[in-house]
Amino acid sequence: MTLMPQLTHWWPRPHFSLFLLVLWLLLVNSISPGQVLIGAVLGWLIPFSTQQFWPERPHLHNPGRLLLYMLRLLVDILRSNLSVARLILRDPDTLTPAFVRYPLSLTNEFAITMLASSISLTPGTVSAGLSPDRAYLLVHVLHLDDEDELIEQIRERYETPLREILE
Amino acid sequence: MMGESMALPFWLDALIALLLLSGALVALLGSIGLARMPDVYMRLHGPTKASTLGVGATLLGSMIWFGVGHEGLSAQEILITVFLFATAPVSAHMMARAALHRRVACREGTHGEPWDEMDRLPGYAESSPSSDNQR
Amino acid sequence: MTATVLPIALALFSLSLLLNLYRLLRGPDIVDRILGLDTLNVNAIAVIVLGGIYMDSSLIFEAALLIALMGFVSTVAMTKYLVRGDVIE
Repeated sequence: MTLMPQLTHWWPRPHFSLFLLVLWLLLVNSISPGQVLIGAVLGWLIPFSTQQFWPERPHLHNPGRLLLYMLRLLVDILRSNLSVARLILRDPDTLTPAFVRYPLSLTNEFAITMLASSISLTPGTVSAGLSPDRAYLLVHVLHLDDEDELIEQIRERYETPLREILE
Repeated sequence: MMGESMALPFWLDALIALLLLSGALVALLGSIGLARMPDVYMRLHGPTKASTLGVGATLLGSMIWFGVGHEGLSAQEILITVFLFATAPVSAHMMARAALHRRVACREGTHGEPWDEMDRLPGYAESSPSSDNQR
Repeated sequence: MTATVLPIALALFSLSLLLNLYRLLRGPDIVDRILGLDTLNVNAIAVIVLGGIYMDSSLIFEAALLIALMGFVSTVAMTKYLVRGDVIE
């Protein structure tokens, strides 16, 4: 195990390298050996040369569950798009927009980013800001029925799974 | 043009047509929201989600169309779709922040208070004194 | 069936583009204009993809990918300029 610090220095983030390789192959739309080689070199070079810019590396506990989370997010996006479609076609004067402060319990930067993106992608809510002490997320709601219910819903549907997966 | 599309099985053809049409409708709804909502924050809701989903559906439709029989599955559509879904919330967040920073007024009757100058304020407790002049 | 739906979808997206253009030209605040431009970009991608199906060529998707990239980067750059007064710190 004395080799480990050396290895993490020279090859900082294996998962990210693999991701970059796949991204490169998708980008050039081919899997010829030459492209695989270029992708592999880029996949090593980019994390290695930018490692100073990544203050903390995200710990991905369970990639499978992240995939499951994304699938559920997709279902949520589809379902709540229907409700927002109704809201858009309604008379805007009957809507009750609101700013809601959502108390965060996540601490990891990457996890907060994921949560804010999930909130923005599910219709009816857009994340509009993060307080500097990272205790609150400012959420704009297109049509607010009940603030506590909304906060509870976000916590239950998105924040708790994200904490289990990423922290 | 479109010559070979006759070779598609009926249900696949119908699926592609459904995806393209519903995608276009959903994207149109997002743009209608953009055009008729009364303030910036409400306008953000339509485009960032509905339009992204609409274009995503269109891309999925074209992915299937090219995947069966034409030029083979094109990977770039997957890339565009993933990219759109990953970036839409980020740009929405940035635009909302810019609007808050410029103290763009929100509509009368908006519940709750936005905080402004969040770069300087420590958070929830101290945000009220200066954010009153925002509306 | 796809052949009949394609022009309809194109027409609907063109309508979306017009609505976005309306917001871009009118938009009371600069943020509205940025939002209009961003949505215009997203819808333009869809138009390019539909055009690709219509012309039966996937070559055009490189352009769609570029527009997606440039649209995102320019939106972020413009909003960052508004918030910070500077793009690269």
